[in-house]
Amino acid sequence: MALKIVKGSIDRMFDKNLQDLVRGIRNHKEDEAKYISTCIDEIKQELKQDNIAVKANAVCKLTYLQMLGYDVSWAAFNIVEVMSSSKFTYKRIGYLAASQCFHESTDVIMLTTNQIRKDLSSPNQYDTGVALTGLSCFVTPDLARDLANDIMTLMSHTKPYIRKKAVLIMYKVFLKYPESLRPAFPRLKEKLEDPDPGVQSAAVNVICELARRNPKNYLSLAPLFFKLMTSSTNNWVLIKIIKLFGALTPLEPRLGKKLIEPLTNLIHSTSAMSLLYECVNTVIAVLISLSSGMPNHSASIQVSFSRHAHTFSLKYLGLLAMSKILKTHPKSVQSHKDLILQCLDDKDESIRLRALDLLYGMVSKKNLMEIVKKLMLHVDKAEGTTYRDELLTKIIDICSQSNYQYISILVELTRLEGTRHGHLIASQMLDVAIRVKAIRAFAVAQMATLLDNAHLLTGNTQRNGICEVLYAAAWICGEFSEHLEEPMATLEAMLRPKVATLPGHIQAVYVQNAAKLFATVLRGQEGAPADSTVAQETSQLLIDRLPLFVQSSNLEVQERASCILQLVKYIQKLQQKDVEVAEEVTALFAGELNPVAPKAQKKVPVPEGLDLDVWINEPPSGSESEDEGRKSKGKAVFAKDESRHTKPRYTEVDEKELAKRREVRKAEQANNPFYIKASPSSQKVYQDGVGVEHIPVVQIDLSVPLKVPDQYVKLEEERRERNKADKKKKKDKKKREKGEKGRRRRGDSGPESEEDITPAHMVDIVTEEMPEWIDLRFISPLILLSLSLAPHLQVCDIQGNLQDGSQVVVSVIFENKCDSFIKSMEFNVLDSLNSKLQRPDGAGPHDGLIVPFQLPPGISNEARFIFSVQNIVMPQKLKGTLTFIVKTDDSSTHEKLDFKLHFTCTSYLITTPCYSDAYSKLLESGDLKGCSLKLEGVNQPFHHLLARICFHHHFSVVERIDSCASMYSRSIQGHHMCLLVKTADQTVSIDAKCDEPGLLGNVLDEIKLTFSQC
Amino acid sequence: MIKAILIFNNHGKPRLSKFYEHYSEDTEQQIIRETFHLVSKRDENVCNFLEGGMLIGGSENKLIYRHYATLYFVFCVDSSESELGILGLIQVFVETLDKCFENVCELDLIFHVDKVHNILAEMVMGGMVLETNMNEIITQVDAQNKMEKSEAGIAGAPARAVSAVKNMNLPEMPRNINIGDISIKVPNLPSFK
Repeated sequence: MALKIVKGSIDRMFDKNLQDLVRGIRNHKEDEAKYISTCIDEIKQELKQDNIAVKANAVCKLTYLQMLGYDVSWAAFNIVEVMSSSKFTYKRIGYLAASQCFHESTDVIMLTTNQIRKDLSSPNQYDTGVALTGLSCFVTPDLARDLANDIMTLMSHTKPYIRKKAVLIMYKVFLKYPESLRPAFPRLKEKLEDPDPGVQSAAVNVICELARRNPKNYLSLAPLFFKLMTSSTNNWVLIKIIKLFGALTPLEPRLGKKLIEPLTNLIHSTSAMSLLYECVNTVIAVLISLSSGMPNHSASIQVSFSRHAHTFSLKYLGLLAMSKILKTHPKSVQSHKDLILQCLDDKDESIRLRALDLLYGMVSKKNLMEIVKKLMLHVDKAEGTTYRDELLTKIIDICSQSNYQYISILVELTRLEGTRHGHLIASQMLDVAIRVKAIRAFAVAQMATLLDNAHLLTGNTQRNGICEVLYAAAWICGEFSEHLEEPMATLEAMLRPKVATLPGHIQAVYVQNAAKLFATVLRGQEGAPADSTVAQETSQLLIDRLPLFVQSSNLEVQERASCILQLVKYIQKLQQKDVEVAEEVTALFAGELNPVAPKAQKKVPVPEGLDLDVWINEPPSGSESEDEGRKSKGKAVFAKDESRHTKPRYTEVDEKELAKRREVRKAEQANNPFYIKASPSSQKVYQDGVGVEHIPVVQIDLSVPLKVPDQYVKLEEERRERNKADKKKKKDKKKREKGEKGRRRRGDSGPESEEDITPAHMVDIVTEEMPEWIDLRFISPLILLSLSLAPHLQVCDIQGNLQDGSQVVVSVIFENKCDSFIKSMEFNVLDSLNSKLQRPDGAGPHDGLIVPFQLPPGISNEARFIFSVQNIVMPQKLKGTLTFIVKTDDSSTHEKLDFKLHFTCTSYLITTPCYSDAYSKLLESGDLKGCSLKLEGVNQPFHHLLARICFHHHFSVVERIDSCASMYSRSIQGHHMCLLVKTADQTVSIDAKCDEPGLLGNVLDEIKLTFSQC
Repeated sequence: MIKAILIFNNHGKPRLSKFYEHYSEDTEQQIIRETFHLVSKRDENVCNFLEGGMLIGGSENKLIYRHYATLYFVFCVDSSESELGILGLIQVFVETLDKCFENVCELDLIFHVDKVHNILAEMVMGGMVLETNMNEIITQVDAQNKMEKSEAGIAGAPARAVSAVKNMNLPEMPRNINIGDISIKVPNLPSFK
């Protein structure tokens, strides 16, 4: 026997142990991945042997590889084997490996219950200890439930080493199996007074964690903790207790009074900075909860503390503590203003941000200007964009507390380049100028200079958010143009050709306000006795410059410019006849915008007999809202414009108007013989809104006209689909085949879609763009990655994998087909409106994802990417690139590979079983729209056919009778899809129903394609 | 609660990673990389706290770290832990390593990561602090090592001999690796023991 053991270990000498593995990896720096993959193969061989020592050695190596990022979950069972070894050495290795890589979804965990129970009751305290340590890392609800009693017994073990571990692990057990808390709590409380300090500390630890979750229940323990606090000498325990008191005092003010004295004693006696800090923190909490007197007390402590702050860490904590005091006793912090301002100069960003927070809280009317001046100095110095942006927001926040002199500060701020807060500054400018009459003249003068120097701001419009302020500047100059000293110059500045490079929404404001300025200029010129040619020249200037805007690709700009251009032309005609027009032109823009207090509405009494909660007329029925989407083009534009202007000011009128229009339309419908009533099910889609026309009004934001909200595109798509489905019903069956082809080109606004649909303006632009990203050629029913030329890499396989409502997981296998080593692969996809690659937090929308491995020649590996998809109704293609570095012996080159990622509609379906009764209920409900498909010349057995549909298109068979079968599937967004497949004489007819006709159509197309390929 | 304990060197190579919540291997590597980037770009004489490592992160959590010679010791903790307390704990950990390995250097951590894990297990268990007394920790670690040796007994002798020979073959091994100031200096910290 002994001989055999010795022989076994002689064999073992030649195996690699952990040290050899580490050494090997270090010696193979160049081809680490390859070396490790051979090592893993060796480990797999070792794990197959019977000798437990060999296995343990292998598991030990796996634990190391796990740290390097290799998935070792395949060895889970071997780990369990090693855990159950009788030798402590191997057991420890096994438990360590388990604690590193087991988790709740590891299925072998349930095999361990008995082994762990055996180890817990082992006579050897270290066996028990190692089991407890391991368990603390991978405990599951099942393990917690099964082992709770065993662990409870261990809490009163004779050895303190076991007791402390058992006490500590109870917290984990409580988390996973809350029912165990009640029976275990009395014993846990006992352990607070355990003679062993380690056990005591563990019990305090557990109770503090529990109390943090629910402080109220632990108030009753306060006296016990109080006793511990005065008796214990273990700093760690004291810190925990003091932190706990900090959490309890807000609940029980009486506790606070008692605490002050012992805490002050501790502060004076302790030499440990950590304890001192926690004491001070709790004292602050106590004082806040008492909310009376003694601010000087805390302040004095605080001062000594922050003066102490030689070390940087303490400075940070001191500032953190001060911000707590600030909330209740701002005055006591006020006196340290200089100290805090000094902290702004600190080179550590953590400290600067804390100081900034504090300053913001300290601002009062008296010191506002001083602080803002200091901050402005810092803005100039500050490097690092996050910090500077933070600084900027804070300045604006501070300033908005008082209005005066604010404008000049804002203008100052615009000089900073590269900030993202342009929008914020703009809205603040507008806010001040509108609210404060006295400041308008000054503001207008400032804004005029700003407009004049606009070229300084617009250096790089794409990246530079600061040009947003021009939006505000143009509006203020236009609206309050009577304050302008040289309106003519400003008008000229606003019509410079360079303006055309600004974002669309700003141009629109420019154009509109140029008209306002024009009115003012005209009045000035006609009022003066000078000859009328000056006025005519002004008109000519506008007529010369405006065509530039009329050509704009932005609808808003175009619309306004052409409107104003015509107006000016008309005015010019009148001027040539020597007619005085200034009064009338000014009247166009008359009426002043007055600031209204937020509570003003409350002061208006409700007229007698008016009940605001009652519907003015009944909420619209489904058919009605369906119809509203179909209004004629002219009307839609009109209605939209009108409601945009009136809505903010007279909402009530708007409501009445709507009601009136609705009535008119109803009458119209009744008289219209061509009107087809829509099915009632469409009601669901619009249930929430009052009427469809609200959607464009609300969604289309003046400031961002080109960006159409996805939701709206979706609605529009859905509506079109419905229309088409309705239309199809009317057509006879043979024609349907042809119609199918048209359907595919849904993205195209071809003649078919235009004949009866007149969508609103905004959407048309987007649909024109659509063909770029909806390319409807099918390559395979699976998601497919097609690669142009792949000299070094090949993508072998892609599986669509589906999860929660809007996520699609794409697995990509990368195979290295060349002879060189490939590394630093970066995977990037150009996001569309609908589908986005999910990137880690903080990454920009154009950043690529790093593929987490390298590829030696001939090796393949799989990576997964998650996409979020909003609309699953249509298939999509995403363009992407893969960049990587090819490393040969003497050089390395950077390579790029373009590819297309194709999401078919089928890949959004999940095979879901359905019972025949539920199936028939679904069909009866009438919520589903139908569509059908005929396939000629299919000569394969019916069950092959079904298997094909099931496999390629993720359907499941509900029922099958002879040559007829019903099938079912569900999309990731919960659309039901039912198929009835019949076959006769090589002809297969498929009748399909789905609550989303667009999706259905596309899936049918894909099915057709599958069969045409075989 | 401690959420994770990471040790990596000046180049971001992980020397020990212990996560008390489950993450996939890829995420773990990403967390290590990200933490390294956050920590390594900071100056020597700035504070030891960092808010919001993004991955383990959330606003709840803080990174508390110390830099010793070639190694960074990073603890990710939530708000229930005292910042300075954890700094003290890192100090205790490093001092314990120093005692157990007799003048610890990065190479000890590289070749004996299992031992480092065993020492850590006596200090922190499942994310909660188990023991802060260094003598107690060393006593328990030594007792377990003794047990391991006695178990190996006669059977272990040849294996030990071989591993000794293997190490003998490579006497130049540690010198090859230029890691500068090899031994980790343990500065004195006034905090707890």
